[in-house]
Amino acid sequence: MKYLELTVGAVLVYNFVLSRFLGICPFLGVSKRLDTALGMGGAVTVVMALASCITSLIANFLLRFSWGGKVIDLGFLRVLMFILVIAALVQLLEIMLQKLSPVLYRALGIYLPLITTNCAVLGAATINAESARGVLDSTIFGAFSGIGFALALVLFSSLREKLELAAPPKAFEGTPLALVTAGILAMAFAGFSGLC
Amino acid sequence: MDITVLLIAAGVMCLLGAVLGVVIGVFVRLFKVAGNPLADLALELLSGANCGGCGYAGCADFARALAAGRAQPSGCPVSSVEQIAAISKALGVDAGAVERRYAVVACRSEIGEVRHMNYNGVQDCAAANLVAGGPQDCRYGCLGLGTCARRCPFGAIEIIGQVAVVHRELCVGCGKCAVACPRGVIRMVPADAKYHVYCNSPEKGVLKRQFCKAGCIGCRKCERVNPGMFRIDGFLSRVDYASEPLPDAETIDRIGCPVGCLMTPETRLEAARVKVEGKRDDQ
Repeated sequence: MKYLELTVGAVLVYNFVLSRFLGICPFLGVSKRLDTALGMGGAVTVVMALASCITSLIANFLLRFSWGGKVIDLGFLRVLMFILVIAALVQLLEIMLQKLSPVLYRALGIYLPLITTNCAVLGAATINAESARGVLDSTIFGAFSGIGFALALVLFSSLREKLELAAPPKAFEGTPLALVTAGILAMAFAGFSGLC
Repeated sequence: MDITVLLIAAGVMCLLGAVLGVVIGVFVRLFKVAGNPLADLALELLSGANCGGCGYAGCADFARALAAGRAQPSGCPVSSVEQIAAISKALGVDAGAVERRYAVVACRSEIGEVRHMNYNGVQDCAAANLVAGGPQDCRYGCLGLGTCARRCPFGAIEIIGQVAVVHRELCVGCGKCAVACPRGVIRMVPADAKYHVYCNSPEKGVLKRQFCKAGCIGCRKCERVNPGMFRIDGFLSRVDYASEPLPDAETIDRIGCPVGCLMTPETRLEAARVKVEGKRDDQ
């Protein structure tokens, strides 16, 4: 049951974009075309899984430990440390992508370094720390949250590619129509609530 | 809080930072991307102002375009003729035709003299222009809140007495100010043009005179004396920069513009200074 919540729950029921409303910036910014959305989803999934793993290691072993018979609580450093780790991870990913896939690197452009400030990544790390999950559970949750993010991005970008061909009223062209679509998509995902 | 906790916190953060720094350093070495040597060379020769006047996203992007043959060295508005020659020689490419331009703020007015409202909002021209068409009565003139001056990477625009004035010797002609101005008061003019019409309002002269003594009244004197050199658009005269020859000091003397709209950038700067000084003396 626990793993159902960590996997299906993270992808569908508590979807980061459509239920928790985290990570809206890349959701709107990189969803114009399906292939870049796939790349972005993949990059965020990798960063989220890695970040969840490392931040849960930090939360479990570095933020609270006993030293010289005393329990040292560094809980106030949590956000700072998490952001530091996430920033470093994104940097690593960027360096690797530049070498391994220059096409994807150019397609993601400015949104790649912006994963650092993607609140979905910090959100996953913080939710893990709040609910005191172990390293394995955290990593599973992070990976599936990333998959949920990628799913939302892919669905939304496919919708937007179709909407490019539509002829909406002038006032709805572009971003307004995208926001309305996002709202309807989020309502559709509300149907999953109570699944687990 | 215990001081040891703080020290431990600082130590842990330093340790984490150092570990991550080393990991990133190792990765940079492992995944080193060999850059295009031509692009690196071009980047070294460019000014590094990152003004975007070439149409590319900064000097690095322009250098890549140069190396790939998608751009010509003359596309850089900042570099001098010698610098462009050096770049084209180093890259072994054609320099392309150099067309120098500079910015002119085509307005001599001052807000503050006559306004139909007091604007206390965000001190930015684009924002002020949105509120009921701007604070001053003239809907075409300089707002004087300095959006262009802040955008200029070279500090070539000064706000003197609530109107923007271009320093000709500092302006390189990247055109950023012209894009930033919400009213299109700033024009990019050819570098060899000396005289310009310092007014931007095409409204009737009578209407303009009610609130601005510095505007072009559309008397067509300039056009009558020198046909072909000026174009009258509505009630606003403009120098036709495509004409040959362009107006020089002698023709301007012969025209004798009744409102004194025809000026060089240097005399305009001088006049703005004098006007502000005069005001200070009055007080």
